[in-house]
Amino acid sequence: MEVLCGLTLSVLFTILFLIIRLYITVKNGPKHQPGTTGSVSVLVVAGSGGHTSEILRLMESLSAAYTPRHYVIADTDRMSEEKICTFERSRQHSNSEPQFTICQIPRSREVHQSWSSSVISTVNALRYSLPLVFRLRPDMVLCNGPGTCVPLCAAGLLLGILGMKKVLIVYVESICRVQTLSLTGKILYPVSDYFFVQWSSLRDKYPKSIFLGRIV
Amino acid sequence: MRTVFVTVGTTCFDELIGTITSSESAQALKARGYERLVLQIGRGSFVPEADSCPQIKLEVFRFKDSIAEDMKQADLVISHAGAGSCLEALGAGKPLLVVVNDKLMDNHQLELAQQLHVDSHLLYCTCSTLTETLRSMDLSVLQPYQPGQTKIFANFLDKALGVQ
Repeated sequence: MEVLCGLTLSVLFTILFLIIRLYITVKNGPKHQPGTTGSVSVLVVAGSGGHTSEILRLMESLSAAYTPRHYVIADTDRMSEEKICTFERSRQHSNSEPQFTICQIPRSREVHQSWSSSVISTVNALRYSLPLVFRLRPDMVLCNGPGTCVPLCAAGLLLGILGMKKVLIVYVESICRVQTLSLTGKILYPVSDYFFVQWSSLRDKYPKSIFLGRIV
Repeated sequence: MRTVFVTVGTTCFDELIGTITSSESAQALKARGYERLVLQIGRGSFVPEADSCPQIKLEVFRFKDSIAEDMKQADLVISHAGAGSCLEALGAGKPLLVVVNDKLMDNHQLELAQQLHVDSHLLYCTCSTLTETLRSMDLSVLQPYQPGQTKIFANFLDKALGVQ
């Protein structure tokens, strides 16, 4: 009985500790400025289809300081891979080494998939996301809504919680979202360091969000 | 040759491909002076035969590295409601008709199509109203679209992250 009590208590303390660590990690985000060291390594969650086009437009605007760039795509998505390669080739200088990689992980959710099986495949995606993010240790994760964002951001948060590396979470809600956040957006809103929305109606509903007008 | 370009991005949208190649729709396109119909069908399982529309010259493909050239050649773009496809068409300055897939689980795409429609940048309909829309639409009401300012985002991020 005592052993059980002790065990329960230690589990509760661990959870409490992790929650406090999560709070501190998220709260101190804006103070963290990886750019002052010269370059910012970026994990770009490309997802699929329209999400990829949007995020590449954002990447196009970022300077060479955002190097290296690691793109994560769903393993069923050939079109995104081609778009990324075309984009990266277009900005590569003639003599330099390519400054990007493409990593594939299983899709969290296909468009027609039900919620319950979405949960299972998200857990499955986490198995791939954790080793990937722990290996790359990016300064920031840039994402804009595909389901794949969630396990990757969770892995980034975990690095912060464990005190290994502060990974900034930069979330840009898709321009598709005019009145309501995406499910991914709702999940990541409380833990993002910079959360951008592109329509004023969303800014009014989510006060922590950043509204700069349409940015893609 | 006046061309209509239909794009479904990376999705499968058989209903759109099926409806646009029906003889009623092909007839409506022909009546508007379009002579060529290019279909990007993505992951769809319905692949129309090249000779299935006698009224109009038909070309079909699944994916290309870039559909910019197809957009450029088009006089009208018919697209699914995905942001990438919509914004690419609007960015290319083409008249755009968005066909909303009302069978998607979480039909958030409607929000953007509706908002851009409210702002007069595109026309929109569903598959069930597509043929009627092709007959009755008035493209002259459309307003030019100014692309989003990515530079503002980049400047904000540079400042926040301390990038020199």
